[in-house]
Amino acid sequence: MSNQEYIPKSKFGKWFNDRLPLLTLASHLTDYPTPKNLNYWWTFGGILTFCLITQIVTGLTLAMHYIAHADLAFESVEHIMRDVNYGWLIRYIHANGASMFFLAVYIHIFRSLFYGSYKSPREIIWIIGIIIYLLMMAAAFMGYVLPWGQMSFWGATVITNLFSAIPLVGEGIVNWLWGGYSVDNPTLTRFFTLHYLIPFLIVGLVVLHIWALHVPGNNNPVGIDVKKPSKDTVPFHPYIVIKDGFALLMFTIVFAFFVFYSPNILGHADNYIEANPMVTPAHIVPEWYLLPFYAILRSVPDKLMGVVAMLSAILILAALPWLDTSKIRSAVFRPLYKQFYWILLADVLILGYVGAMPAEGLYLLIARVATAYYFIHFLIILPILGFKEKTIPLPLSITEPVLGGFPNSAIIKKKESLD
Amino acid sequence: MSEKKPERREFLFTASYAVGAVGVGAVVWPLIDQMNPDASVKALASTEVDVSSVQPGKTITVLWRGKPVFIKRRTPDEIEEAKAVKMEDLKDPEKDEDRAINPEWLVMVGVCTHLGCVPLNDKGDYNGWFCPCHGSHYDTSGRIRKGPAPLNMEVPKYEFVNSNTIKIG
Repeated sequence: MSNQEYIPKSKFGKWFNDRLPLLTLASHLTDYPTPKNLNYWWTFGGILTFCLITQIVTGLTLAMHYIAHADLAFESVEHIMRDVNYGWLIRYIHANGASMFFLAVYIHIFRSLFYGSYKSPREIIWIIGIIIYLLMMAAAFMGYVLPWGQMSFWGATVITNLFSAIPLVGEGIVNWLWGGYSVDNPTLTRFFTLHYLIPFLIVGLVVLHIWALHVPGNNNPVGIDVKKPSKDTVPFHPYIVIKDGFALLMFTIVFAFFVFYSPNILGHADNYIEANPMVTPAHIVPEWYLLPFYAILRSVPDKLMGVVAMLSAILILAALPWLDTSKIRSAVFRPLYKQFYWILLADVLILGYVGAMPAEGLYLLIARVATAYYFIHFLIILPILGFKEKTIPLPLSITEPVLGGFPNSAIIKKKESLD
Repeated sequence: MSEKKPERREFLFTASYAVGAVGVGAVVWPLIDQMNPDASVKALASTEVDVSSVQPGKTITVLWRGKPVFIKRRTPDEIEEAKAVKMEDLKDPEKDEDRAINPEWLVMVGVCTHLGCVPLNDKGDYNGWFCPCHGSHYDTSGRIRKGPAPLNMEVPKYEFVNSNTIKIG
């Protein structure tokens, strides 16, 4: 843990590092000072990296057997499931991996919301994160189309038709997206291409996300600035590496449960019927991770406004650092925000539930109330709360709450001088 | 600097950017346009359908340009119902006469104008079609009556080749 410029020990290392400072980078990543009070909610960054790598590796291997053609895609997926060695395993990991990826990303996002990780000086990290999230949704949607089952086909039809809501040019854009007058082979081949491309774009953005993170350093559960490096931090390796590793192990147990014991529970049986442009399944539902937004889309009785509301629900997150006017980051010290946080979480879960139900009667009413509340939370409650809320005094350091009093400055000074 | 004429160099910069932008546009356009419907897709223009076996009150569905087309032989009651509707009750006002050349035969693209699902026959509050995806109701003329869809179901270009055959497209 030193501020010193890194100097490789070996002569070759020094020669190489002078030309390409990869060893300096490795040393930075190893020694990176991390607040020592990070809890397990902070392990999802590592878990998400694992998810991304898993999707890329399984995706590459599936692409060796999959055939992107309207007449052959459905059969080639069955071929993967029945004939290819371990094809069933790789496909189930890839399909459930998407759900695990979203599970982790939602925990990661809601952790940021609770601890105010999106606030100054971390706005850029947050916005890059939102872009990654958008790309994840695009990749997941296009990936779901590739097996060319009934849900694939009709999901693609409904989602691409969202663009037809745009006045004047909507129709032209939809035909351009389809490469025809309906979802068909040209649509499938371009979706495959983009589904292959997006994960690598995400890799690039993840690098930027981490780079932007390493400028101010991690936020922490107390939400106050931490001097780095200091007695309040520990080096990334081995402390965080071990903790992330343990959390990842726990996460893979959940992952493995789905893959091995209920690989189809998160999917829809209709997708085991080959795509048929003549028949729409009785009940079209997107994958669980898109349901809250689907509920918002359906809760608005106007086509264009429904699409606008759905997109706004996602894009509003990018404005969050400026909508939340409170200077206090962590909800631990914001008694009112903490309550609104849990209400928002419940609201999103309710939206997810009604998104899976038919859009009629009581479900529609609930969806409308929940949609209105979602926007009220971000556009009215958060801006006002920052001015009105009486917050709890912040501790002076992240050590103080642990020790139950002011840190003994004499001891700290002595320790710091030893460091 | 305030009231000075643009310098030679500034002009050159502006001109270079302009020419560069045209060049980039010329390169990007083919890359974008390749995604539009291609010649083979456009070539599948028309379909001929034999409707001699369709009984009154029944609907057949045929595929045209990858989309289902409903061909319904309407009963006198259904035609009556479609004609009786007041224009001010319609979201997308269109007379039944304008939608069916021969009132007995209703030919339209069986795609919900909301988000593109295929509506179900003889369902919904108006005895016409009902879209199961997001709950749009259409009447016996295929006009939108209730729900999120903004427009009536599209009537494609079609003609009666003879009394038993309809050519769509």
